[in-house]
Amino acid sequence: MVVGAIGLIRFPDFYSRVHATGKCDTLGEGMMLIGFILYEGMNLIAVKLLLLVVFIFITSPTAVHAILNVAYTCKVEPWKKGDERR
Amino acid sequence: MKENVVIRTISRFLVPFIQVYALYVIVHGALGAGGGFQGGVVFAASFILMIIAFDLPYVRQRFNYKWIVICSVLGVTIYATIGLLCLIPSGNYLEYGAIEAALGIPHLHGYLIDAVEVGIGITVMAAMTSIIYDISNKGGESS
Repeated sequence: MVVGAIGLIRFPDFYSRVHATGKCDTLGEGMMLIGFILYEGMNLIAVKLLLLVVFIFITSPTAVHAILNVAYTCKVEPWKKGDERR
Repeated sequence: MKENVVIRTISRFLVPFIQVYALYVIVHGALGAGGGFQGGVVFAASFILMIIAFDLPYVRQRFNYKWIVICSVLGVTIYATIGLLCLIPSGNYLEYGAIEAALGIPHLHGYLIDAVEVGIGITVMAAMTSIIYDISNKGGESS
């Protein structure tokens, strides 16, 4: 999650920022929920959290894909080497 | 407007899970958090996801205005019928304990609460879906 926040602030343009935050959403939240499962022990709540991990793992990249697809359709210019930050 | 294949596949995969979760919220409403309104809204959210991922006429063809009218009237009818049934054994409106005491079936008021929640859920689902249809309509034919 820290890496995602750093990437959100430091990366130069829209595409790479979404790239950084999409990674931390998917894997970071999954790891946090798995940590909750280990802390809580195996019971019904653990099963629900595991389902939550699975659905976040499926839906979060899809949401990022949808955002990027719309940005590419609306012709947001990607950053090239030597451009200034946006 | 056709969205691309990833979004369509994932939403086709997710819509049944959202609907099952909505039914879980409706049925769980008698015991804990949740209830008819929340479950109905979650159920309508699955239709909104289908409208976003596919296009509006496709969803309309599956669930058109005739079914919206039928569903909203059906939900209100279930609610009012169970409420009025409680008047027969001289209870108040929606006083489930009167029916349970008159018929002598244990835990009957739990089932009656569930039935009322299902009625609320059907009505809320139909109303939310019709609101979304009217908002996302771009003009043209209205069927």
